[in-house]
Amino acid sequence: MEERNEWQWALWLLLPSLLGVGIFVAIPVLASFGLSFAHWNMLSPPKWVGLRNYTELFADPLFWQVMFNTFYYALVVVLLEIPLALGLAVAMNQPGWLVKVFRTIYFLPVVTSMVAIALVWNWIYDPQYGLLNAALQGLGLPKVEWLYSTVWAMPALIAMGVWKNLGYSMVIFLAGLQTVPQELYEAADLDGANRWQQFLNVTLPQLGPTLFFVSVMSTITAFQVFDPVYIMTEGAPGNTTNVAVYWLYQNAFENFHVGRASAIAYVLFGVLLTLTLIQWSVRKKWVDQES
Amino acid sequence: MGRSRVLAYTVLSLGAFSMLVPFLWMLATSLMSTAQIYAFPPKLMPDPLQWQNYPAAMDAVPLGRFFWNSLLVAVLTTAGQMVTASMAGYAFARLHFPFRNGLFLLFLATMMIPPQVNIVPLFMLMSRLGWIDTYAALIVPGLFGAFGIFLLRQWFLGFPVELEQAARLDGCNPFQIYWHVALPTALPALATLGIFTFISTWNSFLWPLIVTNSEMMRTLPVGLAAFKGAFRETTEWGQLMAAGVISVLPALGVFLIGQKYFIQGLMSGSLKG
Repeated sequence: MEERNEWQWALWLLLPSLLGVGIFVAIPVLASFGLSFAHWNMLSPPKWVGLRNYTELFADPLFWQVMFNTFYYALVVVLLEIPLALGLAVAMNQPGWLVKVFRTIYFLPVVTSMVAIALVWNWIYDPQYGLLNAALQGLGLPKVEWLYSTVWAMPALIAMGVWKNLGYSMVIFLAGLQTVPQELYEAADLDGANRWQQFLNVTLPQLGPTLFFVSVMSTITAFQVFDPVYIMTEGAPGNTTNVAVYWLYQNAFENFHVGRASAIAYVLFGVLLTLTLIQWSVRKKWVDQES
Repeated sequence: MGRSRVLAYTVLSLGAFSMLVPFLWMLATSLMSTAQIYAFPPKLMPDPLQWQNYPAAMDAVPLGRFFWNSLLVAVLTTAGQMVTASMAGYAFARLHFPFRNGLFLLFLATMMIPPQVNIVPLFMLMSRLGWIDTYAALIVPGLFGAFGIFLLRQWFLGFPVELEQAARLDGCNPFQIYWHVALPTALPALATLGIFTFISTWNSFLWPLIVTNSEMMRTLPVGLAAFKGAFRETTEWGQLMAAGVISVLPALGVFLIGQKYFIQGLMSGSLKG
């Protein structure tokens, strides 16, 4: 096979992906950047305004509230999800068919449509007839307004977010646990370490990179939350559950502030890109240390 | 069984139960009459079982049409991803051409772009093309992606050189080798990509929400959201849960059948980092 010929074949094989990813990913991401420096309502021609979208954004208290909400949601989801998922993975790290059944059950929410899940939880959180308030009343506790409460709406979304993503983190931890050399536990046994000491001194350090990876991935997922907010709260009450992607959607498709929506998109992109790059560099350091 | 194993199983069982409660509650509510749904204290089991919410939901909204739209979009997107990703993956793994590594890294870099960043320009593109409210807008942008290319490239890197050389001696060109020799060996990787793509397309919400206007073009998640939005004061939870059950079952079925491949895909994603 002549080399000259080979690159032509390669070009044909790559052509669909080159065109597709080029047109539907690469060009839009650049266009979005350009639009973030323009005022545009999708009807009249776009007008170049320099950094105005960004300066207006940073001067808008709602922007800071939305950012706060997004960080709050992501941080609490991850802080609850990681220890829970790790605990489950440790409990599940043993042979047997029952464990496989458990793994499947914990994973069901991950593969289920967020819209359907949000509908059920919406029903569970119903202040009048919902299952949760009925349970609270059964225990002699007062009812909570859940999604209608400025205090409880966000925790309600967070609880659902943890429930939805728990299985994903657990499965990755489970894979990480299976790479921990068994000899380390045997050595710890000889040293008289109990289960908890083994977890602290063997499992956790060995699982470091996985722990870090799962935390970053879950944070990224949490930052992109949209579906439950759209279905359950529409950002209410009083914007206490308005998050970055929902606000972006409102700006672009309800208020037709395309430039402002693009600026929000790029702020979000900046945050997520920073997280990804930190993830990559730390991972690279770990890999270099091992080899 | 040791004490710690008993503890482990107890914790796991309690956790598993709380994972299942929302699913069971969706199913139970869908089988209750309105009187049972609003009973206090709440009835946990439908008694008597009644199916009426299902036909009622189908009368209220074109659920069958939503289902068909979701199925068509998910199946075609999945098929398309398998073709484009395996072609590109094969080229990156087995063919020599200038800037191969640089180009591959560029593809990988696109995985860092959150899809939400692109929706505004993509929406504009769809409307310029006249694709708003058509299957083209629901399907075409989803036919390509770096994740699949990465997955298939990894697979083809392990494809035996001997098989390739034998096919070349037989006079096969690179496309024929890809199609007749390499692709049939890649079924596990294709299964992984296929299950991933099917489930994520089936569940996708934001994009179909933006590019559809008419009721007849809605996919299940968009149709469900609109169905819920149509209620103001009293929500017909029974009908809504019935529609939810119908929308959830196909993705769960695909997952249960192809669980092994799905978990493998998750792992390759985590190894990539």
